[in-house]
Amino acid sequence: MNSALSWIKAYVPELECTDQEYFDKMTLSGTKVEGYERPDKNLEKIVVGKIESIEKHPDADKLIICQVDVGTETLQIVTGAPNVSVGDLVPVVLDGGKVAGGHDGGPLPEDGIRIKCGKLRGIDSYGMMCSIEELGSDRNMYPEAPEYGIYIFEKDSCKPGDDAVEALGLHDTVFEYEITSNRVDCYSILGIAREAAATFGKPFVPPVVEVKGGGGDISDYISVEVVDTDLCSRYCSKVCKNIKIAPSPKWMQRRLAASGIRPINNLVDITNYVMAEYGQPMHAFDLDTIAGHKIIVRRAKDGDQFQTLDGQMRTMDSEVLMICDAEKEIGIAGIMGGENSKITDEVKTVVFEAATFHGANIRKSAKRIGLRTDASGIFEKGLDPRNAEAAIMRACQLIEELGCGEVVDGMIDVCQPLKELNRIKFEPEKINALLGTEIPREDMLAMFDRLEIKHDNDDMLTIPSFRQDLEGFADIAEEVARFYGYDKIPVSLPRASATAGKLSYKLRIEQKARDIAEYCGFSQGMCYSFESPKVFDKLLIPEGDELRKAVVISNPLGEDFSIMRTLPINGMLTSLSTNYNRRNKDVRLYELGNIYLPKSLPVTELPDERMQFTLGMYGEGDFFTMKGVVEEFLEAVGMKKICIYDPNAGKTFLHPGRQANIIYDDVVIGYLGEVHPMVCAGYSIKTKVYIAVLDMPSIVPMTSFDRKYTGIAKYPAVTRDISMVVPKEVLAGDIEKMIRQRGGKTLESIRLFDIYEGDQIKEGFKSIAYSLSFRDMTKTLNDEDVNGVMKKILNGLESMKIELRS
Amino acid sequence: MKERLEKIKAEALQKISESDVLEKLNEVRVNYLGKKGELTAVLKSMKDVAPEERPKVGQMVNETREAIESVLDAAVKKLEQAAMELNMKKEVIDVTLPAKKLKMGHRHPNAIVLEEVERIFVGLGYEVVEGPEIEKDYYNFEALNIPADHPAKDEQDTFYVNGDILLRTQTSPVQVRVMEQGKLPLKILAPGRVFRSDEVDATHSPSFHQIEGLVIDKNITFADLKGTLDQIAKELFGADTKCKFRPHHFPFTEPSAEMDVSCFKCGGTGCRFCKGAGWIEILGCGMVHPKVLKMSGIDPEEYTGFAFGIGLERITLLKYEIDDMRLLYENDDRFLKQF
Repeated sequence: MNSALSWIKAYVPELECTDQEYFDKMTLSGTKVEGYERPDKNLEKIVVGKIESIEKHPDADKLIICQVDVGTETLQIVTGAPNVSVGDLVPVVLDGGKVAGGHDGGPLPEDGIRIKCGKLRGIDSYGMMCSIEELGSDRNMYPEAPEYGIYIFEKDSCKPGDDAVEALGLHDTVFEYEITSNRVDCYSILGIAREAAATFGKPFVPPVVEVKGGGGDISDYISVEVVDTDLCSRYCSKVCKNIKIAPSPKWMQRRLAASGIRPINNLVDITNYVMAEYGQPMHAFDLDTIAGHKIIVRRAKDGDQFQTLDGQMRTMDSEVLMICDAEKEIGIAGIMGGENSKITDEVKTVVFEAATFHGANIRKSAKRIGLRTDASGIFEKGLDPRNAEAAIMRACQLIEELGCGEVVDGMIDVCQPLKELNRIKFEPEKINALLGTEIPREDMLAMFDRLEIKHDNDDMLTIPSFRQDLEGFADIAEEVARFYGYDKIPVSLPRASATAGKLSYKLRIEQKARDIAEYCGFSQGMCYSFESPKVFDKLLIPEGDELRKAVVISNPLGEDFSIMRTLPINGMLTSLSTNYNRRNKDVRLYELGNIYLPKSLPVTELPDERMQFTLGMYGEGDFFTMKGVVEEFLEAVGMKKICIYDPNAGKTFLHPGRQANIIYDDVVIGYLGEVHPMVCAGYSIKTKVYIAVLDMPSIVPMTSFDRKYTGIAKYPAVTRDISMVVPKEVLAGDIEKMIRQRGGKTLESIRLFDIYEGDQIKEGFKSIAYSLSFRDMTKTLNDEDVNGVMKKILNGLESMKIELRS
Repeated sequence: MKERLEKIKAEALQKISESDVLEKLNEVRVNYLGKKGELTAVLKSMKDVAPEERPKVGQMVNETREAIESVLDAAVKKLEQAAMELNMKKEVIDVTLPAKKLKMGHRHPNAIVLEEVERIFVGLGYEVVEGPEIEKDYYNFEALNIPADHPAKDEQDTFYVNGDILLRTQTSPVQVRVMEQGKLPLKILAPGRVFRSDEVDATHSPSFHQIEGLVIDKNITFADLKGTLDQIAKELFGADTKCKFRPHHFPFTEPSAEMDVSCFKCGGTGCRFCKGAGWIEILGCGMVHPKVLKMSGIDPEEYTGFAFGIGLERITLLKYEIDDMRLLYENDDRFLKQF
């Protein structure tokens, strides 16, 4: 919200501060100021001049030579502007002065434009007459300015030598506020002025509203019926007759312009002015357009078509509140009026509306209709019904003051019983205990006084109706805190009971995963949790597969972000693809992130969120490199048993002959493999990609940081090498499993040291050689001991139809 | 006998001094000190010496042996040293050749900052916990004093799964989940991923991270909140960091505040980095709203507490001067390797 400081000062007349002081103090007391700007910051040495004479330039058709009285002297100024005549009062920037912009109204230069006297086509010119654009504004804010040419002041509004910037109302500061949603009262000049008064400890002097009245009786003009009182707790209506549409006065135009509201005419400006000043949106109808001179407030019917005053046809539904007359709908309550009751310049009698609509209903309606207006933005916060009457009376006062019309006596007020003012117990000790302060009771009471919070003999605080945010003790404590000053509250540390700081166990395991991945050369990536359902096709996941059963977002940013991922592969491949296509070499990435598996579809309970430790790489390294990383990690988290790798993992997105489930203690804890070449192609990766995915919820329960020293062997090991020829489809893992089973506890390790297929080996077979190491912790093994075990192993090989090589 | 030994000694020393390679010195050792060497021969001829003379002669032989040995050893050592030095001269390498690195991977900048924050809070006795990312409306809004029609529900444009289940817009629901467990006092830190329907651009992402903190105990004050966050800011941004608390509004805290820290680039004088303000907004915080305590089964008359929420990406971007948030989710190796 933007507004001029001069408008605030109008209601806090004793307020004196620099712009920066205002900025700082208001922000620290809770009215956050985003920034401020002085419209006159680049306007220097600009005075009012009166054109005494005009003659043609001897050498230029489009230039004229003016003699301009600037109060202290008469200057010769050459201009190309077509719109000036003798006697005009114009802004003149003197030699050495500054203007804000060029005459074309483009973006304003940061430091303005310095003006010096010079010659135009050989004729001396001692200054420059200014257009409104050169003064840093535009015709939206100064509608009286010419489309092209010099700004001309209204006759007799000022005299030569006056400060032209002052005359234009530009000596001001426009502050931009960020109002929090709980302070609906501060979406108004009066609300901010009240805060400013309390912040600076100066009296708050709101406008005194008095309406003289022009006779008549409103009930002869209009009647109001509120059907849906649940959505409209108050509807105030006043009638003004003999309306004369004209421009509003300059002071009102300036204040509106500073608030970013374009001046239109006196009637429109009054409603906008009151909305800005009171924070109460108003609407004006032309009485002649209201059928039966009756206003009915009721819900629309589903499918009703309604043309708003911006000319758009819109479809209503039965939760949208409408303002209707005896025959038809004439406005969407709180959002926008109808084309059919629009005020024109021919209006004779105006019906003002100031109402209190149901905030949430307005918010939802505006959203459904797709029409959010300044008015709905305020209504949706939920307004104080007491403010409606104050605002409509203020509007009528302005109608009279501006000579815009006559106010018919009486007000129609359809009002639900007003809520009683909230009362909260005053508990100064408790406030100090919460804040950690020792603020005297009297100081608190002085703050409440400035905030119009009344204290009575029962030690109760009565909250003014416009402070709907003050509901209980904590709110009162905040009022004390912010006017005492958050900065003055001391600092301390909780003297709380001792607690042990720690990471949850799961987080410790994840930390280890990061460490190991990084030792192994993998850098950490982060991927989105939502992705496109097309991902399943890219990963060749068949129709009807469990993985396709995803949690769907009902209002996604777009299809690409519409489902919660059920596997982490797409994120990894997308990241690797980005790297690959940017020609980064040998990339290794890992990610720790959740997948989301619905427990049922449609989703009725929270899905299963499973943390996945995903590794992906291309370039240097192969399947077994990845397998090594997996095993390094498992070992680091105390999972030291032998993993089983089952090649029948059934992952469609992996190479059918190069994938495996990782099984630990009979639990599938993840999988790894080479990415299917077709999937790689889908991600525009033209090299081999390896991926491993570890399911952390399966892993965490099997991990342990407990370590026990088992002694270092004192006795030597005995090694035996065996070499064999094996049918190709026999898995090394199965051979090793057999060797381990038969090797007993003296078998210390199995090391595969050669594997070969080719020339010397018959078709369909491979040669494998192992080095077996035997050791006994209690004695030196002799040949006999080892031979016994070896015999068992060799028998085992035989039973697997494996022939030994000599 | 004495003359004979003197002669052997003189000869041996002469040979040693003439030796320029290790082999020759070895020859000297064999010829004079070895089993078949000259001195051994002298000892063997001891049988011709009168028994009473034998100890004396023996001693003379040993003295001669020691004399030759010590010179010989010194000579060997000298030659060995020379040989080693020669060898090392041949082994000179160009130390400016490229290093053979282990190629360690790098942590994500977000994770580095998060771990730093966790380290600080764990040191202060906080337990780091987590909660679900897909959350019930009740925990994300209602239990945090954001009832059905509250405008704050709109402010945090929420992704919904259905009317009751949504992607959490904040980490605050973890507060409620922990409070509901009823174990007091509480000192927790709850980092995690949150979601809001913001289009992706340089400063927005529909998915980002927050770090939630919560302390509940008897006699917890606003001053404690200030003191705690002041200490964190100093640890995170440097000991000279100043903090500013501004009143703000959050439905689940009252009083509420936003905290700014003095710009860690210019120290508060104003620069391009802090947009001239000298201050940078870092987090939102406040005293836990009595209604929130009550809804989670904690008696607000007995217990008070404070909560705060830090935007992790905000700190990461500021700390590392990253000018585009999208970089955090692109996972370009050249980006990740800088941290």
